[in-house]
Amino acid sequence: MALIRAFETRVAELYRDGEIPGFVHTSLGQEAVAAGVGAALEDGDYVATTHRGHGHCLARGMEVEGMMAELFARGAGICHGKGGSMHVADPSRGVLGANAIVGASLPLAVGAGLSSKQLRQGRVAVAFFGEGAVNQGAFHEAVNLAAIWSLPVLLVCENNIYAEFSDSRTLTRVPAVVERCAAYGVAAAAVDGNDAAAVHRLAAEAAERCRGGDGPFLIEAETYRWHGHYEGDSQPYKPDEEAAGWRARDPLEVAAARLLEAGAASAEELEALREEAAARVEAAIERARTLPAPDPEEAYADVFGS
Amino acid sequence: MSSAAEAPAAVAERRYIDALNEGMATALEEDERVVVIGIDVGAGGGIFRVTKGLYERFGPERVIDAPISEMGYVGAAVGAAMTGLRPIVEIMFMDFVGVCLDPILNQAAKLRYMTAGALEIPVVFRMQTGAGKAAGAQHSQSLEAWFAHVPGLKVVLPATVADARDLMLAAVRDPNPVVFIENRRLYGSKGPLPPPDAEPLPLGKARIARGGEQVTVLTWGQMLRTCLAAAEEGAASLEVIDLRSLAPLDLETVLASVRRTGRLLIVHEAVQDFGAGAELAARVGEELFDELRTPVRRLGTPAVPMPFSPDLERGLLPNSKAVAAAAEALVAEG
Repeated sequence: MALIRAFETRVAELYRDGEIPGFVHTSLGQEAVAAGVGAALEDGDYVATTHRGHGHCLARGMEVEGMMAELFARGAGICHGKGGSMHVADPSRGVLGANAIVGASLPLAVGAGLSSKQLRQGRVAVAFFGEGAVNQGAFHEAVNLAAIWSLPVLLVCENNIYAEFSDSRTLTRVPAVVERCAAYGVAAAAVDGNDAAAVHRLAAEAAERCRGGDGPFLIEAETYRWHGHYEGDSQPYKPDEEAAGWRARDPLEVAAARLLEAGAASAEELEALREEAAARVEAAIERARTLPAPDPEEAYADVFGS
Repeated sequence: MSSAAEAPAAVAERRYIDALNEGMATALEEDERVVVIGIDVGAGGGIFRVTKGLYERFGPERVIDAPISEMGYVGAAVGAAMTGLRPIVEIMFMDFVGVCLDPILNQAAKLRYMTAGALEIPVVFRMQTGAGKAAGAQHSQSLEAWFAHVPGLKVVLPATVADARDLMLAAVRDPNPVVFIENRRLYGSKGPLPPPDAEPLPLGKARIARGGEQVTVLTWGQMLRTCLAAAEEGAASLEVIDLRSLAPLDLETVLASVRRTGRLLIVHEAVQDFGAGAELAARVGEELFDELRTPVRRLGTPAVPMPFSPDLERGLLPNSKAVAAAAEALVAEG
């Protein structure tokens, strides 16, 4: 979580300062979902995510250096400068990619679940998506398919209340995603998405269920994005008290309080973790700044495989 | 030595639809990662019976029935292709691709590129098309140019019985997404289906279906029969090329033929305006401007939605008489 926080905080600044091109969507405030689910998975499990996917990628162990270089559009980026923030991916770690089409992660994860079942890979396929994607046909088709084919698919909805600029509660008569999911006969549970330990407990149980052949499971993690839909969005549509209330429940502070209370870590240890994360991110930034742009020939590579 | 021993073995005549079925059966047989997914492709054997018997032979795990949910199951096929399977996914009518373009356009076509080759996406999108059966404007479109316009997709259009099987196998073995377009007016057509060659047919190799001197006629899919008939019926000597695929594009075979004839007529069932014929005409014009005796001509369907009435439909689709006349006009021109 500390790493995601450090990464997203600096990415937002670098984007504002013009060092990172393109579009950037940060997951500040939502770190507990990525961390809780990420830690519940095993090596080889698949993850398909969204335009707001940096946190999920980091939580699955993707290299900070390769990701940062990619965001800087360098040839040494993990996608050779051809993906960018919205498309970072590392299939060697099961990460099938961030994805810039809202809802696209769902059918892709269903397909990964199909591979897992068919080829007896024993892997869970996770689709991360926002509650905004639940109004896409892709959500409904994918959930239904995962159900009828009884696939090991873990559906993780990050309900951060806002679909781009709009309050999602005004966009459907059934705002609870678990209720919409129930219509497909798929087991689902809601969880405090700012509590990493709670997310982790539920995700570990759900992943185990999936692995055991019980079919898909949906987690609705209730959370909040601190920044706008994209970096640069000043969020006039959010009430100040609402934003302040959620900021007061900072997922990192929630986790820290829990660890301190349990005596699992000292304040110094937690501070050291944050400093270490910040240093890793800073080193990745320094490196990315010095890297060259991609070779022009790179634009023509990887269109087709042979 | 008896003469019977020297005669080549008689090659069996089969239907195009049987050849497609054999291609899929061979693919399922030779690679356990191959699966067939689509609406009624399993127990029902396919709405046109293309997948008949595959479900019984390979079982419900390999030949998978999907609900009428193209965005879901086509997207799932793409996700499955990224993670180890090699799906052949059926879109019952090409027109229906409108409800599931995203997995093809934004996922399959781009994810290898955007991951710098880290993801491989071996998926075949089978689509059936074809006007001439009074199926109306939403069941008759030839949209191959759409897909050929998207980098990252291969676009294959088998016109003969042997190609139906061999291009299917080539498409399944290919490590890239392939849009595989079948014309349903060809489904019942018969032709020789020799045993498969030891050397697999590559994608992107055009075939000279008939040699000729005066006009190169470039076509694909169902229009091959029309053009071959025109070559028989008309006065001009036509060299008919079956392009087989728009991507990869075998421009060399086309250019070599046009260099000999000096004239090119492109015939396709798709709407003529902004069709694949326009790109091909431009490419040949760029390469052979000085060697062309006449401008390149195109013959496609006029730019109207396909009407239901068989009489109206007949009036719009290119036929052998129109192809022969267009070729003869080119010869008269220069």
